[in-house]
Amino acid sequence: MSTATPIETKPAPPPSDKLKVRVNGKEVEVPKTTPDPVSGKPLPTTMIQACFIAKVEVPHYCYHPKLPVSGNCRMCLVEFGTPAIGPDRKPILNPDGTPKIAKAPRPAIACATPLSPGMEIYTDTPTVKLMRAGVLEFLLINHPLDCPICDQAGECKLQEYSVDYGQSESRFVEAKVHKPKRVDLGPRIVLDDERCILCTRCIRFTRDIVGDDALGIVNRGSHNTLTAYPGRAFDNNYTLNTVDICPVGALTSKDFRFQMRVWFLKETKSLCTSCATGCNTVIGSREEKIYRYEPRENNAVNGSWMCDHGRLNYKWIGREDRLREVCSPQSTALSPQSAVLSPAERWAVAVRGIAEKLKHAPAGSVAMIVSARQTNEEIYLLAKLARALGALTDSVPRILEGDRLLLSADRNPNSTGARLAGIAADPMGANLPKIAEGIRSGHIRTLIVLGEDVTRHGIGADLLGKLETLIASDILPNETTRLAHYLLPGCAHAEKRGTFTSTKGRVQKFMKAVEPPGDARPEWEFLRELASQVTGQAGAASIEGLFNQMAGEVPGFHGLTWSGLGDTGATATI
Amino acid sequence: MPQEYRQILKYADEPGYTPDIECYLRHGGYDILRKALAIPPRNLADGRIVTGPDHLRQEVMTSGLRGRGGAGFSCGLKWSFVDRKSGKPIYLICNADESEPGTFKDKQIIYKDPHQLIEGMAIACYANDVHLAYIYIRGEFAEGAKILNRALKEARARDFLGENILGSDYDLEIHVHRGAGAYICGEETGLIESLEGKRAYPRIKPPYFPAVLGNNTGTRIVSISGHVRKPGYYEVEVGKATLGELINDPAFGGGLREGRKLKAIIPGGSSAKVFKAGEKFKIKRRGPDGKDAEQEIELLNLPYDFDSLIAAGSMSGSGGIIVLDDSTDIVEALANISEFYAHESCGQCTPCREGSLWMSKALQRLTHGEGREADADYLMKIADNIPGGRTVCAFGEACSWPVQSFVAKFKDEFVARGAADEENRTRRNAGPTAVGKLPASS
Repeated sequence: MSTATPIETKPAPPPSDKLKVRVNGKEVEVPKTTPDPVSGKPLPTTMIQACFIAKVEVPHYCYHPKLPVSGNCRMCLVEFGTPAIGPDRKPILNPDGTPKIAKAPRPAIACATPLSPGMEIYTDTPTVKLMRAGVLEFLLINHPLDCPICDQAGECKLQEYSVDYGQSESRFVEAKVHKPKRVDLGPRIVLDDERCILCTRCIRFTRDIVGDDALGIVNRGSHNTLTAYPGRAFDNNYTLNTVDICPVGALTSKDFRFQMRVWFLKETKSLCTSCATGCNTVIGSREEKIYRYEPRENNAVNGSWMCDHGRLNYKWIGREDRLREVCSPQSTALSPQSAVLSPAERWAVAVRGIAEKLKHAPAGSVAMIVSARQTNEEIYLLAKLARALGALTDSVPRILEGDRLLLSADRNPNSTGARLAGIAADPMGANLPKIAEGIRSGHIRTLIVLGEDVTRHGIGADLLGKLETLIASDILPNETTRLAHYLLPGCAHAEKRGTFTSTKGRVQKFMKAVEPPGDARPEWEFLRELASQVTGQAGAASIEGLFNQMAGEVPGFHGLTWSGLGDTGATATI
Repeated sequence: MPQEYRQILKYADEPGYTPDIECYLRHGGYDILRKALAIPPRNLADGRIVTGPDHLRQEVMTSGLRGRGGAGFSCGLKWSFVDRKSGKPIYLICNADESEPGTFKDKQIIYKDPHQLIEGMAIACYANDVHLAYIYIRGEFAEGAKILNRALKEARARDFLGENILGSDYDLEIHVHRGAGAYICGEETGLIESLEGKRAYPRIKPPYFPAVLGNNTGTRIVSISGHVRKPGYYEVEVGKATLGELINDPAFGGGLREGRKLKAIIPGGSSAKVFKAGEKFKIKRRGPDGKDAEQEIELLNLPYDFDSLIAAGSMSGSGGIIVLDDSTDIVEALANISEFYAHESCGQCTPCREGSLWMSKALQRLTHGEGREADADYLMKIADNIPGGRTVCAFGEACSWPVQSFVAKFKDEFVARGAADEENRTRRNAGPTAVGKLPASS
């Protein structure tokens, strides 16, 4: 044809990135693709993801949203159907005009089966229930049924699904398969092969997420056995995550096992303070004692993981030699021997005494060294005070080797906060020699130290001895606290509320899990009193109000509110 | 009266026929490869070009050639699924992991006529733009691997393999890879994993429901073993012989031994569901008028082809026919089969891993004096939880079908064995042995 035919040509509708499926009769719209948890490449959305969106539970062991799919446990078997297609390649319709669904003759595993438009998924049919009960029975026949002495009890998927989907009696009358017990898999992990259900989550985690192909399965059939490579310990900085993702009691943490029944633990949302990444955590505590840290999911920060280094860095909080008393050798009321005053009275005497000293200090005679392990609110209060006093300030940098996954080279949890509030020099630590020189020359007469032993950072005991007033707050005793004229016992993050700003500018809050020992109290409380007495401005009296006040004054935090941070934080302008 | 029709094994058992290339060439070897490589491209009216490989693939599609591995899948259709647009290399793998009990057909080709296999592979490779191919041979065929390697060397020396084969500008290399002795390596994706150096865990596949295929064609090598006078391998035209003829005809199995009666037939390797002597089946067959009509067919009159055996509730599978006469202890027979599958389950997925060993343990009990009357139902319930899409691969069916079919069809024997054991134990315990005292017999 020589001339263009006048057919109305509409541009093809843009390909929809969503599709509609039904889960147990309920229609849900789901994205056509979902990013691969490891590579981030778009993969077709699967049945289990659609069920999750539809808020329908599909029990599973081997599937984990952050790991590649394996499809081995068969617990997520479901029935399904797809729109029936006639010989004319058109959908066959029911009398009411809805598409006729052809039910598939065989079940499919929800974790690995991609969706197609119009698909119907059935998770609660008698057949599905029978299949689940069958899989559970198979998983249990060779499993030691000794839950009372198993450390996983209370957070065990075998227990939970047995109650929900299993049968109460066993018909198994054969001898069980026996496998290695108490296998020393590595420095932090113990393996019980008899409890292992061979879901391979740990294998995939360490191979695909950590990049350490350390675990595998040997033998065959029912004798399959999880193991590390012969002669090699399972030892990388992320091994304890396998304990979290192990659905049963096969992998246990040497640090935590048999320390406390999990149902006794109080769970508190918190953050890891061992580096600047700001991994979200849950603190497990009971009766003011911390038993474990576990990662808490935050896809903007740590996914579902945390490193072993951070996870095990909690024992110092319960140390016997914690600083407990407000004391000052310069005040008879606050001498260690004095037990006349109540803790509140001691704090009042100390804060008043410090405020008097600071008010009369000549401009430029005060310096501050504030740890980048203090919270945003604490650093903000000290920055305000520093401005009022014209004080030279800085923080102590902690740069070590990081890794490609979560561990940051910056081991301070709040370097970004210290920079945003203007307390840290640029680069951090640049003012430390100036402060040392100021003390040496007699120019600086008063030093306020929050959470650092400055004798290890270029300001030795000799220099500290030259000061008129050394005010130190810390958690554990050190050379600086020993020499302090005012010693103010502070709190570990687990003992107070507050926020940190991660290396990527994520502002996140943490909650209080346990009570501090003795007189110790959250630093922001006494810093607020001190700042208000020195500057004459009252300031907010709650942590929420303090954060919101800070967000109004510190440009990087503009627009943020305490409540707006939620459980997973918000991003500051850095 | 059907006779053997030898096409694949045409020369293999001729006196003086040897596996070397000289002998193969004397019998017209590599002529077809030469011909295939020489097919010129054709220009179609619409401007498209049909290349030699295109032409070969079309020929295979129209020939109706079906796989001989058990499923009987259309070869042309399978080749049409290959992604030729990705630009990634295409490989061809020859599955020589012949492991199904009762099956010994591939072994004949590999040991007696290896060049036929190599030539066939070379043609399939050329048709599919493959430049690198593997023969995955079971570890137990150590001699077979030697024979193949020798044959590959000869083929390379004669320009049938390597670069620029016969001046055609086509390159192909074939390697032999020996397995380490696992049945599951015969499952195609398990085989690929193994070939890649990994544990032979079959891969998860999208749900797939086999389409009904029409024509049967060509010949098939059937392995007949068990209680027949002439166990062995026989090449027959597909669908031309019945089960009864294959077992009883003098040209094939030669009938049962003197005074014995047929008890059961496992028609397609040990994983196929068993047939009981005297069974009758209602099967739809195309009559002379061209219409499908349901006919009642006795077991021995079943045509030995893919579709008839599926219609009768079993399968021709690997082509391994195992004949059991009335001297067979059916419980022992199943215990033997189950022990094999419990040993060979790869253990990747739950139902097969745990179910296969559980069934085997129950059958060991039942054959060692520790049975129970209820064990027949017990076994059936275990077996019912394994197949039908519950497992990653068809091994779930392979280990549960024998149990399901043996117990269903010979239930009285299982119940009787269990009941006898229970009675025996009761009698022993009824003796004077006091509680806490060891029985005198130990």
